[in-house]
Formats: sequence, structure tokens, C-alpha cells
Amino acid sequence: MADGQPIYRPKHGLTRWLDSRLPLPRLVYDQFVVYPTPRNLNIWYTFGAMLAFFLAVQIVTGIVLAMHYVADGSLAFASVQNIVREVSYGWLIRSLHATGATMFFVAVYLHLFRGLYYGSYKAPREIVWILGVLIYLAMVATAFLGYVLPWGQMSYWAATVITSLFGSLPLVGDSLTQWLWGGYAVGSPTLTRFYALHTLMPFVICALVALHIWALHVVGNNNPAGIDVAGEQDTLPFHPYFTVKDAFFLSLFVIVYAALVFYAPDALVSPDNSSPANPLVTPAEIQPEWYFLPYYAMLRAIPFKLLGVAVLLGAFISPLFAPWLDSSKVRSCRYRPLMRWFFWGFVAACLTLGYIGSQPVAAVLHLGVASLPLVWVGRCATLYFFAYFWLVMPILGRIEVPDPTPETIAQPVLIKEGAA
Amino acid sequence: MADPEKPEPTRRDFLYVATGTTGAVGTACVAWPLVDQMNPSSGARADAVLEADISAVKPGQQQVLQWRGHPLIVRRRTPAEIAAARNVRLEDLIDKLARNANLPEDAPAIDANRAAIPEWLVVVGVCTHLGCTPAASTAEAPQGSYGGWLCRCHGSEFDTAGRVRTGPAAQNLFVPPYAFLSSTRIRVG
Ligand code: HEM
Ligand code: FES
Repeated sequence: MADGQPIYRPKHGLTRWLDSRLPLPRLVYDQFVVYPTPRNLNIWYTFGAMLAFFLAVQIVTGIVLAMHYVADGSLAFASVQNIVREVSYGWLIRSLHATGATMFFVAVYLHLFRGLYYGSYKAPREIVWILGVLIYLAMVATAFLGYVLPWGQMSYWAATVITSLFGSLPLVGDSLTQWLWGGYAVGSPTLTRFYALHTLMPFVICALVALHIWALHVVGNNNPAGIDVAGEQDTLPFHPYFTVKDAFFLSLFVIVYAALVFYAPDALVSPDNSSPANPLVTPAEIQPEWYFLPYYAMLRAIPFKLLGVAVLLGAFISPLFAPWLDSSKVRSCRYRPLMRWFFWGFVAACLTLGYIGSQPVAAVLHLGVASLPLVWVGRCATLYFFAYFWLVMPILGRIEVPDPTPETIAQPVLIKEGAA
Repeated sequence: MADPEKPEPTRRDFLYVATGTTGAVGTACVAWPLVDQMNPSSGARADAVLEADISAVKPGQQQVLQWRGHPLIVRRRTPAEIAAARNVRLEDLIDKLARNANLPEDAPAIDANRAAIPEWLVVVGVCTHLGCTPAASTAEAPQGSYGGWLCRCHGSEFDTAGRVRTGPAAQNLFVPPYAFLSSTRIRVG
């Protein structure tokens, strides 16, 4: 614990009794009440709390759905219709769960980009970052498995395309896909096992989140200035300063969530998922959920099967190496005049890929007289995505002259307050 | 006397190694059923034969049946489609193997090896890229530029013999084991 942090002293008989047996209140007090937090954390630091909130929302609404859902190929679609039409408030719970997944991903993407911008992945937070990426990968798996459950056309064909990715592995590919399917094609056995795993994964995520926060609290938060906490003047106790800040921005975020749940529950759902799964007909345009579109665009940008799969895998695991790829001593992009631009280029590449993933394969971009097939734009964006990690991070730190960083975290804050 | 650096193994050492080995072997034995339960069950493996009447298919049309959970395409090719398939040179193909379960594995992908009876092409309707069902091209509504099929998922194109002509798919559509029982009845599997 940092020096000067108040010590937990249970006042009542009962809390003293508990403290000497299972010091849970002490843990909460140390980690979430007096925990010293850099005083300059901004709005981008509130998404961690939002993620915890949405994990809880998904688990609560998910368990309610599980009470009515039937994971069998012939009944699944009808059971979801039953949830939406007959079960009391089923429409609400389902919409909270489906839209909750969307909000969860909005939050995780902002949280990840925040980490990239302020250099939170660098020493001593490598483990925090790696656990974060693992949580994201577990979320990807969970959301994919969940999307299969309503057993509509998109569910079925998403399951087919994604599981077929494993078929491209040399030698073991075919037996591996049949093992995943429990048959010769995606079918009822596939649905049932996906359901079991979809229910398990959120609890795996809970465990990873606990490790993530543990690792974070060992080294302390990074902050927008990207410099180390130098002493007490740089921090504030977590409660009430950051509990309130988190709660305030969470309430704004939840307003957006509620607006989607009540006014646009289907805005992000493909209409094709309103027809039951049909193994004989692929819908004209198949498309994953919005949060997977950039990866989908990468897959389509590569005209060779095995390479496409390798690129996809690379895109998922490249961020894991960021702590060792970035050669700059300065963490925050606030003081990295060049990296800043490359960072925004990275954001732009991800958004561009997302857009391309939402368009038909053969779409063409018309720029005045010239016309450019989108697949080429996708190839460039994919290259940039990889270059950001494997070229920009290692090289830029060696050639960039960073701006001077402040002496302490408190300094710029106090100067601003003095001026105001 | 034994080397003093390496003391004689004791009874405890023996129990330690024996217990560890038993535990490791036991764990491996339990792990296999846990893995193997995911494989297709005997029921799924048993249902693999399909018989169907295909007399209703007109030239230039296809019928989609279901075999092993997959779409199975039976296409009655027009003379023009057969000619188009026969005019392709083997060198121009992405996948030069016939992928025909009724022929040896190294049979070349010439049209005669894809469709034993030229009029009837029987292929599994699963794109060899990532498993979508390709859309059939007809004279009225062409799909792609090779007259066979277009997979709308990621843009693979197939010719009138079901051979891949544009990636990302890397293999020709598979020809399943099948036989004609009469001129209009077919057995697959
Ligand atoms: C990390 C947390 C979770 C995420 C990201 C997630 C995501 C999803 C998604 C994207 C869907 C498809 C929604 C739709 O199209 O309707 C879904 C459906 C479903 N989920 Fe989850 N889920 C999570 C946790 C859970 C938990 C803990 C349970 C149960 C214990 C659960 C049970 C279900 C059920 C029964 C469905 C099918 C009903 C439906 O489609 O509305 N989920 N989930
Ligand atoms: S599944 Fe057919 S092109 Fe990808």
C-alpha cells in the first residue's frame, strides 16, 4: 500500500469479528475506498467501471433468458419468439441482453483505444494489458456464441463461416470442424454445445476481470499524462472522487443504452435473423454483428483461405505484443507529437475496415472520376493495422522527439486551477 | 556404497513417482472421453445415405437436396454449359484435382471427372472457402462470370463443372459418392 493511505479500523463488534476471519470489508476499503488514484483521470478512464456494469447486466439478463430459452435446433427460434411475445417482460429482458452486448463492445473498444493512446500497455502494466486483451478475446467468443443462439439465418450462417475457419488448418482441419460441430454440418448438437459455452464464458470473464483489477491495483493506474505518481499530492482517494465520476458518466451511457433498448431494439440486428435457420439457403448478404465488421473486412480482403485465417489470428493477437513492441520511453500520446497522428490513423483504419465490412464484397468507392474497389481500400487498412503494431511502435520511439512531460501529475492540474 | 551426492531413492520417492504417474495416466484417460464426446454421435454417423427422384429437374435448372445436413446440388446442365466446362484448359484452373469421391484422389479436374454423365452434375453445395451455399447462375440471371455459381459471402466463383475459378475458395466443390439407380433416381452416400 502507498504510504499515508488510511488504515481500515473496523468499529463494530461484528466487523471486527469478520475482519479476523474473512477480511473482505478490509479488501473493499483498501481497494475501492481509499485506493490512491491519480487526480487527473478523465472521462476515458470511466469505461472500466462501465464494463463491470455491463458484465453484470449480461449475467443477470442472461440467466433470466436461460430460464425460458431452449437450446435445440427445432425449438430454439420459437423459444426466442416465445420470450419476446409471451413471457412477461421477456421483450425487455431480451432487448437488454442483445443491446447490452452492443454497449459492452462500445465500452471495450473505447477502453482499449484509451489504453493505446495513453500508453497504458507499457511497463509496468504489461500484465494488466495482456489480461485486458484476453478479456476482450473472451468477450468476442461469448458474443459470437450468443449470436448463434436465436438460431435465425444469420445465426446459422455466422456459425458456419466462423467454424469453417478452423477447416483451413492443414491436416487436422476437417476433423477439427466436425469435432466442433458434432456432425457434418452446423446443427442441433452445435447449438446445444454453443449454449453451454455461452453460459460458461461470462464466468471465465469474471475471473479474468478479477485478475485484471488485481494486477492494476498492484502497480496503480496510468493517467492521461502517462507519468508515474510521485507522491500523495498526485492522488485522490477512489471514493468519493472516482466513484462519483464513474457513476456520473455511467448514468449518461445508460441513457444511450435505454434509448436503444426502447426506441431501436432491432437497429443493429440483421433482418435476416428474423427467419429461422435454413441449412440449404445462405442469405444474399451475410454479415457479422457491427463489432466484428473490421475483422470481417480483413478476412474478405485476403483472396487466399489460409492466409486470410492467419491474418485474422494475427489481428487478434498482435495487441498482446504491444508492451514489447513500443520502443518509446514516453507513455502518453499527449507528449508524442508523431505517435499521436499514427494513433488517429489506427482509429481511422479500424473505422474504415468496419465500414468496408458492412458493404457488399464487390462494392466500389467512387471518388469523382476515379473509382476504387473497396477490397483494395480494405487491403491498405489491413496493412496499416498490422504496421501500427509491428512497424510504427518499434520505429517511432527511436526517431520521435517527445514533447517535455510535466514534472508531476499535480503540476498541470494545479496550474490550471490557479489560472481559473 | 552409493554416491553421497545422489542419495538412495527412499520409499517416499517411490510413492511420489508412482502416485504422480498413476495420476497423470488417469487424467489422460479421463480427458479423452471429455474430448471425444464432442465428435459426431453414432446417430449422426449413421444417417449418411440419401435417395432421391430428380426427374423434375429441367435442363438449366438445379435441385437442392439435403445430405448429411449440407445442401446437395443436382444440376441438369444444358449443352452450352457442358461445352463451356469442357473448353476450359486444366492449366487455367485454381484447383487441378477432380475432388470426386468416386475417383482416385489424384484424378485431374477435367469435366469428365467432375460429371460422369455429362448432363448431371452432382456436388455438395458448400463453398470450399468457409461453407456458404453458392448461388446458382442461370442464363437469365447470371451470377459471377463463369456461368456456374457465385458465393456471395466472400466472392468465390465456380464454373459449370463446379470448379473454383476465383478465390478465396481454393478447392473445387466436392463431388460426393453417388450412383444413378435409374435414369431419374440417384443415391448419394
Ligand atoms: C459476457 C457476457 C455476455 C455477452 C457479451 C452475451 C452476448 C449475447 C448475444 C450477442 C446474444 C444474441 C442476442 C440476440 O441476437 O438476441 C446472446 C443471447 C443469449 N444469451 Fe448471452 N451474453 C452474455 C452473457 C450471458 C449469460 C451469463 C447467459 C446465461 C447464463 C446468457 C444467456 C443467453 C441466452 C439464453 C441467449 C439467447 C436468447 C436471445 O437470443 O435473446 N448470456 N448473448
Ligand atoms: S464462403 Fe464462399 S467465398 Fe467465403
